Amino acid sequence: MSELDSSVAERVTVVRRERAKPHVGVRLIGDRIFNVTTFSLALSILLLLAGLAIALIYDSFPAIRQFGLHFLVSTDWDPVNEQYGALPFIYGTFVSSFIALIVAVPLSLGVALCLSEMAPDWLGHRLGFLVDLLAAIPSVVYGLWAVFVMGPWLRDHVEPLLAKWFGFLPFFQGPKVAVGMLSAGMILAIMIIPYISSVCTDVFRVVPQSQREAALALGATKWEMVKTAVIPYGMTGVIGAIIVGLGRALGETIAVAMVIGNSAEISASLFKPAATLASVIANEFAEATSDMYVAALIELGLVLLIMCVALNVVARALVLGVQQRRYREMGR
Amino acid sequence: MDDGRGGKSAKIIMADKLVVKNLNAYFSQIHAVRDVSLEFEENRIAAIIGPSGCGKSTLVRCLNRMHEVVPGARATGEVLLDGNNIYDDDVDPVQVRRRIGMVFQKPTPFPTMSIEDNVAAGLTLNGVQISRAERDSVVERSLRQAALWDEVKDRLRRPGASLSGGQQQRLCVARALAVQPEVILMDEPCSALDPISTARIEELLLELKSAYTIVIVTHNMQQAARTSDKTAFMYTGNLVEYGATKQIFTNPTRRETEDYITGRFG
Repeated sequence: MSELDSSVAERVTVVRRERAKPHVGVRLIGDRIFNVTTFSLALSILLLLAGLAIALIYDSFPAIRQFGLHFLVSTDWDPVNEQYGALPFIYGTFVSSFIALIVAVPLSLGVALCLSEMAPDWLGHRLGFLVDLLAAIPSVVYGLWAVFVMGPWLRDHVEPLLAKWFGFLPFFQGPKVAVGMLSAGMILAIMIIPYISSVCTDVFRVVPQSQREAALALGATKWEMVKTAVIPYGMTGVIGAIIVGLGRALGETIAVAMVIGNSAEISASLFKPAATLASVIANEFAEATSDMYVAALIELGLVLLIMCVALNVVARALVLGVQQRRYREMGR
Repeated sequence: MDDGRGGKSAKIIMADKLVVKNLNAYFSQIHAVRDVSLEFEENRIAAIIGPSGCGKSTLVRCLNRMHEVVPGARATGEVLLDGNNIYDDDVDPVQVRRRIGMVFQKPTPFPTMSIEDNVAAGLTLNGVQISRAERDSVVERSLRQAALWDEVKDRLRRPGASLSGGQQQRLCVARALAVQPEVILMDEPCSALDPISTARIEELLLELKSAYTIVIVTHNMQQAARTSDKTAFMYTGNLVEYGATKQIFTNPTRRETEDYITGRFG
């Protein structure tokens, strides 16, 4: 019996060894090539980012040396006298993105809830495809539409109403013009809706049916089901979606450059022309004549890059923090 | 409510909490429940047994209009709660579900909510406002009824998902009890639980019987035998036999029932 066993075992080992032999070397080399290739491709992304940052720092160095940190807090943008400050553009970037979020987030949540909860499957998926298509429209086309249609419409219909109802707030005072902060924020809102709503739709679609049924079985209406089961379950995903949208809004250039009016002023009024980091680079780079002017514009680009990276890091930490807190509490 | 069918049916309605008449349920083309009629008595536990896919879960989901939540699903026939057909056109399924609660196969606590918020989740629905004190007392009462109070009273603000599987299921029972339903439907409530947790839930059922009408779906025959007063055996969407649990398990009248409970199939 045991003799038989050992002979079988021996034969199996021999067969295995034979089978392994001719391929071992080839497989190892193949694996190594694969490892090295993928690893260096992954590394190249990091190098690219580092290279970008270094180039921006290098090219903007004259401005960094000249103005130092004062660059970030100065409101003076005066190319004629070679005075450069980034604050109006940082302000413009934040405010226009903030307007965009205020308008786009509720709308996108509505769209996402409609697609995932209300519409029947066949309709939801078709409508979802149409919403995704909005993301495929080139920004310059959005910009043109904003200049010729949305801007005048805002000036003639929305701004008078805002001034009438909320005119006591400094945001809604001043001359009503077609180009300005409000126009920029609105076009940004329209541009980021497809991003936020499409991520949110996916987030809501993966909420387990059992969660919805648990709410319904308690006697929840459809809206109460959404409120108790769907939105809380997908909250981290929704935050992620909002951050995706904010990232897009911060960096969006050409559509904003076309409607924001390009004025380096900080004004509380949303009707007035303003500028963002991205829009001022696009509008002024071609006419930057002096080296310092170019360096200052590049430094604006550097500020924008840092802002976007920082936003993503903070956002990721936020989402991770929420998840970890939940897991930790579960573990206890 | 008199349905115009004479004194006999009125008398049955008096005795029975829930009466099912000629119920048919479908998933698109699939005919899952075929012409089932039976009645559930007040303050009794009824078990529905049968092999997988026999339509027992679908039947119980028809009893509080949860079946229609699934796209493509529909049901015909009547389900009378205290004599009123819950499938009448003017009946709001939301109101039906407040009177007929449900506990599901897998525990489904709301993961972002604390233990007490989970229990109270149904309380403030439909625009109901309650005071903090009232809410706390309902939470405590429900958790006590669900035999969970002693285990969680010191950590009511911890997430519901931090409990063990058996505790989570009792949390879901407490959540269902908090809205004070009259009937509790349980769709295989122990299938995801270990034997000890299962025993807790079964004890709980026997305690709750005095206040509620309970319908439990199970494919654990011992569970049906241990807990229920009446047992229904379903097979391929048909109600094969319905009677006193003792009789079903000792002296079934139908051959299929005997084959199933003796383990010849299923």
